[in-house]
Amino acid sequence: MSAFVGKYAEELIKNAKYIATPGKGILAADESTGTIGKRLSSINVENIESNRQALRELLFTSPNALSCLSGVILFEETLYQKTSDGKPFVEILEENNVIPGIKVDKGTVEIAGTNGETTTQGFDSLGARCQQYYKAGARFAKWRAVLKIGPNEPSELAIQQNAQGLARYAIICQENGLVPIVEPEVLTDGPHDIKKCAAVTETVLAAVYKALNDHHVLLEGTLLKPNMVTPGSDSPKVAPEVIAQYTVTALRRTVPPAVPGIVFLSGGQSEEEATQNLDAMNKLEVLKPWTLSFSFGRALQQSTLKTWAGKKANVGKAQEAFLSRCKANSEATLGKYSGGSAGGLASESLFVEGYKY
Amino acid sequence: MASASLLKTSPVLDKSEWVKGHTLRQPSTSVVRCHPVAPPGLTVRASSYADELVKTAKAIASPGRGILAMDESNATCGKRLASIGLENTEANRQAYRTLLVSAPGLGQYISGAILFEETLYQTTIDGKKMVDVLVEQNIVPGIKVDKGLVPLAGSNNESWCQGLDGLAPRSAAYYQQGARFAKWRTVVSIPNGPTELAVKEAAWGLARYAAISQDNGLVPIVEPEILLDGDHGIDRTFEVAKKVWAEVFFYLAQNNVMFEGILLKPSMVTPGAECKDRATPQQVADYTLSLLRQRIPPAVPGIMFLSGGQSEVEATLNLNAMNQAPNPWHVSFSYARALQNTCLKKWGGRPENVKDAQEALLIRAKANSLAQLGKYTGEGESEEAKQGMFVKGYVY
Repeated sequence: MSAFVGKYAEELIKNAKYIATPGKGILAADESTGTIGKRLSSINVENIESNRQALRELLFTSPNALSCLSGVILFEETLYQKTSDGKPFVEILEENNVIPGIKVDKGTVEIAGTNGETTTQGFDSLGARCQQYYKAGARFAKWRAVLKIGPNEPSELAIQQNAQGLARYAIICQENGLVPIVEPEVLTDGPHDIKKCAAVTETVLAAVYKALNDHHVLLEGTLLKPNMVTPGSDSPKVAPEVIAQYTVTALRRTVPPAVPGIVFLSGGQSEEEATQNLDAMNKLEVLKPWTLSFSFGRALQQSTLKTWAGKKANVGKAQEAFLSRCKANSEATLGKYSGGSAGGLASESLFVEGYKY
Repeated sequence: MASASLLKTSPVLDKSEWVKGHTLRQPSTSVVRCHPVAPPGLTVRASSYADELVKTAKAIASPGRGILAMDESNATCGKRLASIGLENTEANRQAYRTLLVSAPGLGQYISGAILFEETLYQTTIDGKKMVDVLVEQNIVPGIKVDKGLVPLAGSNNESWCQGLDGLAPRSAAYYQQGARFAKWRTVVSIPNGPTELAVKEAAWGLARYAAISQDNGLVPIVEPEILLDGDHGIDRTFEVAKKVWAEVFFYLAQNNVMFEGILLKPSMVTPGAECKDRATPQQVADYTLSLLRQRIPPAVPGIMFLSGGQSEVEATLNLNAMNQAPNPWHVSFSYARALQNTCLKKWGGRPENVKDAQEALLIRAKANSLAQLGKYTGEGESEEAKQGMFVKGYVY
């Protein structure tokens, strides 16, 4: 059978294309309650709903920042939250031409018989949940699959399991009006070099696109959220231009032009590193038929979070920090970043070994 | 059923700064060059010929040029010669191929020529090596390496392509003789299914052949021809084509084939030959481009369409329709009958007709060159050129 062309096809294509607008990108603000708790505790703020709401309000009301964004990924709680004067977050985003998205996976679990490899949960009632989220204003979804590099990893089993999972999630989303962001993250953890990461990333992406095709997913109505191709966390760093070359080569070998946009995850790179790498990719003089942009969580929020430190008095400064990162990354998607928004905080590595969301 | 509006080329590609198949933006000062040397993630898919493969593939996929397929086996060439009343002798085959490779200025429109083994080792009638004549014309010599189609046991009367045994040393020998690209043609039949088995075999065979070719310095042309035979509509062809190309690329990846050093030779997406609903060049272009965009990674430098029984003019019109907007890969032709038909008839086996025959070949080559650039207007085409060349159950 050919690609699934359901009642949402035109809308999916339109939304995917809009999210992939050059000069814009995605704020990943979909940290689960547990994960956002870690962020808040790092600035000594209690993990209660009002604080979670305050942080997200800070981000979504940052003056001028939203114009750098085409989408924001939300956690379920946030999709239904409001500002302190009672305005739904979803409305603020929509008014500023930012498409609300929703994390729909339910985390990872280990695959028995492997060396700590994982698969992602979340299929039960996924269709019905997507319908609810659509009603609440979401127009895209996100599902994170994880693979790791090791002496025998990723195994064929882990690759197939995660690729099939992503494909099944993707088609269910499309049946229910949500553009699926397909995220097969290959973790940075390990002593391997950039060539190893490239080989694994290419193998994984080939399997992912095979699965998407087998499941009749409409590629024009999807986005890809891959890792950049980098050396392992225990391996010496390389220049952004090298990361750019390996990453774009891997994508040119695996991602069909029908996919409108590729929105990278930052995965533990510092804010500045992530921006520089994205910029280097967009400066590369080779044909890239999809836009290359960002879907950053930590790499957009880190300095903002530290500047806020939970205090109302710091909101203005924190919002400035946020705008600064948004602008930097917006420029990077156009290959026009000239550097310089790297304050000390922006250069801080955000790598956490064995990071669990 | 696919709705027509979804098949229109995405406006994301209509940016005016795109140059067909090449750089996206004007050079800036801090640019890192990626061409023509093989890309770095290369050691992922390494072979000692990597740089050369990339260079050769790019040379063949150059703007305004395509491939002349002249690799008819002796038996098939015999059919061509018989159609103009000639005996199938080596001398006649040599005379005909001499005519083709010596057409003056052919290299303006033709970047590569696929040869049959006999021709690779032949000389022209004036004693020059065929290969040398081609190289002098700036045409890369290629070689058909498959050993033909045979019945696929366990399938629904489908075929599979033979030729892997001894392919490595054969490829090395062809490289020594001057070949720089290879071709392997397998087929998929819609009226017979196609069965999952037939599709997998076709894709896997191509992937193995491609890996072995690259290992021995030859750029593999990957050709899974979806036969025109059948009364199915264009949507069905589209379905099957998407399935076939998904399998092909997955197995190519598993066999560690370097995509920057391959070329594709697909069939265009059209209705079956016996389908009552015909398609316009615009429809063929829309469906075919949609197929390519959904299945072909941009690392592949060139897509050289086969004509598969379309008339000379049809094949040119369809190619032209596909080149009205920039594409991420060079979209061109690898035509046999659609380049040679009129030329062969004009020659009729007579030396005094050679010049006119070569002229006819150049006319078709130029028309397709214009089509590759999206500039073909169809003015002055002969009735001969419009004649369909579909033969039911065609066996090469």
